[in-house]
Amino acid sequence: MLEIEIDGKQTQVPAGSTIMDAAQLVGAYIPHFCYHKKLSISANCRMCLVQVEKAPKPLPACATPVTNGMKVFTHSELAVNAQKGVMEFLLINHPLDCPICDQGGECQLQDLAVGYGGSEARYREDKRVVFQKNVGPLISMQEMSRCIHCTRCVRFGQEIAGVMELGMANRNMHSEIQTFVGRTVDSELSGNMIDLCPVGALTSKPFRYKARSWELSRRKSVSPHDSLGTNLYVQVKNNRVMRVLPRENEDVNECWISDRDRFSYEALNCSDRLLKPMVRVDGSLREVDWSVALDYVAHGLKDVARTHGGNAIASLASPSSTLEELYLLQKLTRGLGSGCVDFRPRRRDFATDAKMVGAPWLGLRLSEIKELDAAVVVGSVLRKDHPLFAQRLRQLARKSGKVSLISVTGDDPLINLNARITVAPSQLPFALAAVVKAVAALKGIETLDELENVQPDAASVSIAESLLADGKKAVFLGNLAEQHPSASTIHVLANELGRLSGAVVGFIGEGANCVGGHLAGALPSSGNAYDMFVEPRKAYILLGVEPELDCHNPGMASAALKQASLVVMLTPFKSQAMLDTADVLLPVAAFTETSGTFVSAEGRIQSVAGVCQTPGDARPAWKVLRVLGNLLDFGGFDQESSEAVRNEIVGNPGEFAGGLDNSVAGVSVRLEAAQMDLQRISDVPIYFADSLVRRANSLQETRDSVSPTARVSAGTLKSLGIADSSLTRVVQSSGETVLSIAVDNAVPFGCVQISAAHASTSMLGDMFGAIKMESA
Amino acid sequence: MTILGAIQPMLTSGLDGDNAWRLEHYLKRGGYSALKKVLAEKISPDEIIGEVKKSGLRGRGGAGFPTGLKWSFMPRDYQGNKYVVCNSDEGEPGTFKDRDILRYNPHSVIEGMAIAGYAMGASCGYNYIHGEIWEIYKRFEEALDEARSAGLLGANILGSGFDFDLFAHHGYGAYICGEETALLESIEGKKGQPRYKPPFPANFGLYGKPTTINNTETFASIPWIVNLGGDAFLNAGKPNNGGTKIFSISGHVNKPGNYEIPLGTPFSTLLEMAGGMRGGRRLKACIPGGSSSPVVPGDVMMQCTMDYDSIAKAGSMLGSGAVIIIDETVCMVKALERLSYFYYEESCGQCTPCREGTSWLYKIVHRIENGNGREDDLELLESITGNIMGRTICALGDAAALPVQSFVKHFRDEFIYHIEQKKCLVPVDIQRAGSGFFSALS
Ligand SMILES: Cc1cc2nc3c(=O)[nH]c(=O)nc-3n(C[C@H](O)[C@H](O)[C@H](O)COP(=O)(O)O)c2cc1C
Ligand code: SF4
Ligand code: SF4
Ligand code: FES
Repeated sequence: MLEIEIDGKQTQVPAGSTIMDAAQLVGAYIPHFCYHKKLSISANCRMCLVQVEKAPKPLPACATPVTNGMKVFTHSELAVNAQKGVMEFLLINHPLDCPICDQGGECQLQDLAVGYGGSEARYREDKRVVFQKNVGPLISMQEMSRCIHCTRCVRFGQEIAGVMELGMANRNMHSEIQTFVGRTVDSELSGNMIDLCPVGALTSKPFRYKARSWELSRRKSVSPHDSLGTNLYVQVKNNRVMRVLPRENEDVNECWISDRDRFSYEALNCSDRLLKPMVRVDGSLREVDWSVALDYVAHGLKDVARTHGGNAIASLASPSSTLEELYLLQKLTRGLGSGCVDFRPRRRDFATDAKMVGAPWLGLRLSEIKELDAAVVVGSVLRKDHPLFAQRLRQLARKSGKVSLISVTGDDPLINLNARITVAPSQLPFALAAVVKAVAALKGIETLDELENVQPDAASVSIAESLLADGKKAVFLGNLAEQHPSASTIHVLANELGRLSGAVVGFIGEGANCVGGHLAGALPSSGNAYDMFVEPRKAYILLGVEPELDCHNPGMASAALKQASLVVMLTPFKSQAMLDTADVLLPVAAFTETSGTFVSAEGRIQSVAGVCQTPGDARPAWKVLRVLGNLLDFGGFDQESSEAVRNEIVGNPGEFAGGLDNSVAGVSVRLEAAQMDLQRISDVPIYFADSLVRRANSLQETRDSVSPTARVSAGTLKSLGIADSSLTRVVQSSGETVLSIAVDNAVPFGCVQISAAHASTSMLGDMFGAIKMESA
Repeated sequence: MTILGAIQPMLTSGLDGDNAWRLEHYLKRGGYSALKKVLAEKISPDEIIGEVKKSGLRGRGGAGFPTGLKWSFMPRDYQGNKYVVCNSDEGEPGTFKDRDILRYNPHSVIEGMAIAGYAMGASCGYNYIHGEIWEIYKRFEEALDEARSAGLLGANILGSGFDFDLFAHHGYGAYICGEETALLESIEGKKGQPRYKPPFPANFGLYGKPTTINNTETFASIPWIVNLGGDAFLNAGKPNNGGTKIFSISGHVNKPGNYEIPLGTPFSTLLEMAGGMRGGRRLKACIPGGSSSPVVPGDVMMQCTMDYDSIAKAGSMLGSGAVIIIDETVCMVKALERLSYFYYEESCGQCTPCREGTSWLYKIVHRIENGNGREDDLELLESITGNIMGRTICALGDAAALPVQSFVKHFRDEFIYHIEQKKCLVPVDIQRAGSGFFSALS
């Protein structure tokens, strides 16, 4: 520890600390722009100059290492003169028109100028003009004359997002922040640069000029999009969500949020909102009162149960539903005598259901990721499925952790990987088995009999070695591993890998309540999310799902719904598909409009309040389900609040849920390579992943939202004998469509990648498995 | 190059004929004998560094930092690569010596760098060559090929077990890439912007490895020191100012060019060597150490000797040894305008005081020169330079401020005249008479 005195206050800091670190410890504020605790130090703004005893010149606090016995003066005449001098330089070329700047009221330059700026400008020359740039639908670079060249945005790209999309071109006062010529900013974390930018140079395109910061009320919330439990501030004006910002939580999202978390709010105000209950009368949907609609549903469900038995009713919920909704839905379904309820619409293999000891989870806390020495991710489009989880692994790899990836395309995770294995989906269990085998061989111990014929290659040995080194290790299973037709085999193999190597095994988890759904018991006792469409039911209750986009086999799901006699949808939105298939549409609250709870991948229980009212006649889904329970005369539907519902399921918000365990007993590994000429790889593009984000206009204009293609390698295309590489007809199960071909050798041979979750592919079959591709 | 009588020139002797730069010629002049001696006699690194310290050799790149001391900063027991880097970026206005060393005597630099590598435990070096002297870059590449084929570079040099390879790297002409850490960034393939120090290159240099950067002329002086000893080098100059040094003389002299003289030689002697003042005019001012060094009035300059200490006493710096001679036909406001434009253009734009301050300085001087000066402009110039100096990431900020301060200090009357009368104190016809361009016309 080093002794340091700042403005007369003594403190001790660890070696390697800077004056800025020490100042923060003693609560001394040193003005700064370029410094940011999560970014590397660049020391370019010079705003943090302070006086250091014995130093002839003022020194930048952010970059000056503390030496023992150092005495620092942050407000001495020398320091303040230096700070004021820098402030004058920052302002000479700055357009001093805060009243018309979108950042006004929340601008660090404006704030500091009050303390350090002069009252009159000595600069009387022409000001610099920097041309605007168009870098895509999310970030506005309309006002680049306001840039103070702090390079926070540049360093964010290089260090946090893993891709340098903005850089400072030119030199001297003509230095400009820009993209590579003609490029847009496409990172899934790009919006954080808006927060980092201390001035009004980078602003939010969707929010720009919509409101002033002081008009907005700031409400706490949690992101519904992925399993991280990202903490948010939702900013509201006149009962309308105007924007979403990160709520710092070092243990969860640090100070970041993904663009999906940030910009999905636009969907709340879209024209697709369902505002009134609707019931199909004589073949067409009519708007009705709630009482009519709920009576209709209660009677309809009772009828089906009476005539066809309880199991003729199936319920399916989105994994982004709240814990309370999932709980009441399964209770209602079971009350009707059905065990057919699920919240995992994209799952295919359910062999581990009822064979698990507890609820599947991440296996460790998010904050423990940085302590890992090695991590292996299996079956994940990391960046797109879990942008901030990927960010944590990126930082781990930047430090010294070894991160390896076993997956089905060669796409760049922007993580400095130790090793990677890219195989066709049908080979994924084999690839994992090879790593298990390699670990067993290296340790000279036995492993599962089923792996007898598996031969490890160099990459699997390299991954095995990383898992056998000393320290903390983890094996993470991604969304794709859970959606995989051999998900249970992958799970058991991962557990075996964990057993042999001492690595923690965890599921990254799909959806905000990937763990919560298990705790709520929204799991089938008969008829899972796939089987409920294989054997079509008479009645379906759908909560927040759009089956043609959210199900593992959308073609099959749509067909099953078509034949059902009663389809009830609880949904914040309406779509043509819903209008075509639903018998009853019940408008429910969207994200931000209802209170509820999410239990994230790491088991963190987080409850949110509704931050604005529901539009039209929409009601929180938990209340709708509760009323339905009452109408059906079921006991246990008398909760006064969502908190009362939650208390029946888990502990208090802020705590970690119990009962989490990834062990499986009695499920065997099945390694059999299905012979397929061509197999499909499905991904769920980041901005198609759930009903909310699909309707967020600006996100829909990004490059991540281009329509799905048939993405194949040149070799595959050649082997298929397709000469014209523009359009192709793809045929799977009973569905077919024409897609344009994208030749990309990142896709393994014998595979075609066709994204799920999009209308243009919703007639196709399983996410994985055989598919045909022919000349269009 | 011209050489001064009694003292044996070190860097420029025997450079006769078109092939003097070739290895064969260098060997004939006794070249590589220092490297051979070091390797054959297994002279210890400490001994070499000690000899360089003794020699009083100070960095020829501008700052005049003692070279032996700099070498001793390199960590000894470091496991992994270390680098020596030669700074041949030579972008300082007025300086044109390094290109001539590389043009006429490239092997002296190669030999010096190899010895430096040996002394500091580095097996790899780079020579970063200014981007606008392409033919010299190519010549240096050829010299490297010669040295490699002769076994003077590469693995196991002359069977000694010492490995040293050297690569040429060319920039694209940005002045800032001469700043040592910007130079390292540029070699790494990044934008040439100075790094904040600490950490210094000796701890965190090229690719994050311990690195020593010296100027071309500094390296070229090493073989001589090894051959004849530190004392001999020191005695060639004067105490604390060892050796000879090449001065690049430009401006209003009859014979501009590079002159190697012992440090401590009177300025008047150097001026004489350069053929004296053109047209016999009066020496108005001299910028003695490259454009970054403060201007010195002519009469003060005439009293100086050419060494670090004497020039420092006169309120300026010996810098890179670029001596810019200014006669009485020059308008000092116009001269400063040109200098300020240079620093404004060449600021890398990274740190606030330099990025914003250099352009502001230029705009004000430009206004004054063009008859739009204001009463408070001189005070403003002084205040702005004060706000730049000592507050930037690299020394370019100071380099931009020093000329402004010194020009305004020594030639205040010309600036005031400009502001008040909206024209030059030096009449235009006199300015024309002094301009090579206009005298060529008449
Ligand atoms: C803006 C700027 C430009 C510089 N340009 C050069 C140059 O062109 N050549 C050079 O040798 N040193 C230059 N230097 C000095 C170098 O940073 C460094 O001090 C020098 O190369 C060290 O070598 P020396 O100790 O042998 O002088 C420059 C410094 C600054 C601040
Ligand atoms: S755009 Fe903003 S964050 Fe980027 S350098 Fe300019 S001021 Fe800094
Ligand atoms: S002083 Fe000037 S040249 Fe040096 S780092 Fe700062 S802006 Fe760049
Ligand atoms: S905050 Fe220290 S230089 Fe910018």
